[in-house]
Amino acid sequence: MCNVKNVLLVGVGGQGIILASKVLSSGLIDSGYDVKMSEVHGMAQRGGSVTTQVRYGEKVYSPIIGKGQADIIVAFERVEALRWLEYLKPGGKIVINDYAIPSATVLSGKEAYPENIIEKMEAKYEDITVIDAANEAIALGNIKAQNIIMLGGLIKSLGIEEINWDKALKDNVKEKFVELNMKAVKKGLESGVKEKAL
Amino acid sequence: MKKLMTGNEAIARGFYEAGGSIACAYPGTPSTEVLENIALYKDIYSEWAPNEKVALEVAIGSSIAGARSLAAMKHVGVNVAADPLMTFGYTGVNGGMVLVSADDPGMHSSQNEQDNRYYAKFAKIAMIEPSDSQEAKDFMKDAMEISEKFDVPVLYRVTTRICHSKTLVEFSDREEVGIKKYEKNIAKFVATPGNGRKLHVVVEDKLKKMEEFSNETRLNQVEWNDKKVGVITSGISYQYAKEVFGDNVSYLKLGFTHPLPFAKIEDFAKQVETLYVIEELEPYIEEQIKARGIDCIGKEKISNLGELNPDIIASALLGTEGEVAAAVAELKEDVIGRPPTLCAGCPHRGFFYTLSKKKNVMITGDIGCYTLGSAEPLNAMDTCICMGASISAGHGAQKAFNFHNVDKRVVSVIGDSTFFHTGILSLVDVMYNKGNSITVILDNRITGMTGHQQNPGTGYTLMGEETNQIDIPSVCKAIGVKNIIVVNPLDLNANEEALNKALASDEPSVIITQWPCALKKFSKEDKERFDCTPKTYEVKEDKCKQCKMCLKSGCPAISFDEVAKIDKTMCVGCSVCAQVCPFDAIEKVGE
Repeated sequence: MCNVKNVLLVGVGGQGIILASKVLSSGLIDSGYDVKMSEVHGMAQRGGSVTTQVRYGEKVYSPIIGKGQADIIVAFERVEALRWLEYLKPGGKIVINDYAIPSATVLSGKEAYPENIIEKMEAKYEDITVIDAANEAIALGNIKAQNIIMLGGLIKSLGIEEINWDKALKDNVKEKFVELNMKAVKKGLESGVKEKAL
Repeated sequence: MKKLMTGNEAIARGFYEAGGSIACAYPGTPSTEVLENIALYKDIYSEWAPNEKVALEVAIGSSIAGARSLAAMKHVGVNVAADPLMTFGYTGVNGGMVLVSADDPGMHSSQNEQDNRYYAKFAKIAMIEPSDSQEAKDFMKDAMEISEKFDVPVLYRVTTRICHSKTLVEFSDREEVGIKKYEKNIAKFVATPGNGRKLHVVVEDKLKKMEEFSNETRLNQVEWNDKKVGVITSGISYQYAKEVFGDNVSYLKLGFTHPLPFAKIEDFAKQVETLYVIEELEPYIEEQIKARGIDCIGKEKISNLGELNPDIIASALLGTEGEVAAAVAELKEDVIGRPPTLCAGCPHRGFFYTLSKKKNVMITGDIGCYTLGSAEPLNAMDTCICMGASISAGHGAQKAFNFHNVDKRVVSVIGDSTFFHTGILSLVDVMYNKGNSITVILDNRITGMTGHQQNPGTGYTLMGEETNQIDIPSVCKAIGVKNIIVVNPLDLNANEEALNKALASDEPSVIITQWPCALKKFSKEDKERFDCTPKTYEVKEDKCKQCKMCLKSGCPAISFDEVAKIDKTMCVGCSVCAQVCPFDAIEKVGE
């Protein structure tokens, strides 16, 4: 299924990953792709690791992505990028939010939050873009807009800017947040993501 | 119109389009959103039941009355509902009736990964397995027609990846079917032994007729490609198989999976050189076709452990191992654990904090958010089996300790929704059989774990109407409990006092903790009863003596970097950390 693109969004429960995936999927559908999106619910809502997978192309069968097959991993949190690395295909792209959320095991002192994750990844992977989405979102007036800034970075990476993302936002976001999120997408698009054919 | 929908949304849409009119469920991941979405259709009456047995019985009653009905539950919920299911398989239906069983391979949020396809065989009823959201919607209409045609309930078997994956769905209009005429029929609907013996004969005959149908229905389809390899598969496994083999092999895709289409299977098997059965979890299909003398390759290659995926199929059947580069392995060493935790401000945390300090106590737990009280650093739980078991297993443990003169007390913890689910009867057992375990009902005013569904204690129905609110202390009193203590779980002194009082008594006690879930949208009643004003706490850095006591509460909003710190965006001002701090270094913001 070489014409199918595999996108993996990873982070921590509460970061708005599912909403970002919905907006992405809805934009892709509007432009005629077959799309399957898979998400993990349940206990993961409570501070656990969360992932959604979006696959799009002419015809998609499996809703889940195999190891070594993701064209791109978008990590909303630093350690979560590491957790899912084996899903990236050789030469795949990583877009990472320079943001740390300590886990329960870190807070209780059982484990230390690892240092220099991004540097270590940059030494092994060629195509990494780092976005300071938290601070950019704060500058826009709401730290919660991190997710849509990351979505902007993803859109740029996938080279699908021509899709009507404002409409996708309007279809999926509460009215009072639409304007904020439109700004957030733009921020993401300008965030220095290298555009390269996947 | 085409829309991206989860399987659960599609099942709801399918029930609507098929003219369904009565739906009932108890929430449970991954099935919860079936009813939440059905509730959006005003042509359908829907309700939450206190448990799955009740939900199925409501659907059974409305089917007998002539309405197309549905009950939805997670796989373990069907265990609770198994009693009426087995007999309803005998009596059959009037209006079409579907039982949605949402299984959870991989146990994303469950206590086991049982394969409920065996329930269809066990109960001698029809079974349908959709493989994506379009089928989840479309097959519902087939299910209703099959149910009415063969006079049989239908097990609608889905799995987490069907329930929670979004795939494209094309809509149709609702078919208004109204209500079928109800006629009293004692021989059919009164399952006394005399009638039951006759009904068993009828059931065996229905199974034969359904097998003929299974061979003919378009729900079971052959896709001919190259005949070197043939694949028999169903549900999500079909999508995984297609992902791996594409159009290079032939498929027998099964959508109607009980009874299996043995003639069709035999014919397919004869025409292919190598036959694979690709199925998730147990060898449900494989066992049955092997029993009929058809040779195939199945579970000797594909494990019955965990969730299936294309990788597993590819490496098992094509020998292509997924490569994990050395670079990844090295980087992965840095990955930290991220276990789920009780939320910041969770009312259960305060109670568990006090309880965890008690020595010589066995804590029997239950299914819900509060199961997370078993995690570090609280470690406040010894057992967790199934819904309601905290109180009855706790009673059994206390009886065993008492009988053998072991000096240990048992504290059973259970949530409000779970108390209504099956906990009430367990408490009846404690009282009837003169037990003396301590029951703690953690009432957070909502069904928390599944994402805030109403229950008999909240005062609201699924359809949003105000309703009778069941008062838990009064229920306990009616059951015969004399020691009933109601506490605010955020008040650690009150928790301590309540537990000490209960532990000092040889009689059974019930402690009811009442405070709304930290993530809950407060109801009118909550606002009247609880202090819901937003507040946060912060650490006075000069007063912090780095003792880290506050971290022992396990609150995810508290971290430590030379001094303790509270994340303002997470803190909801529950004050537990302030009570735990021995140096009064944690204060309310703005005072």
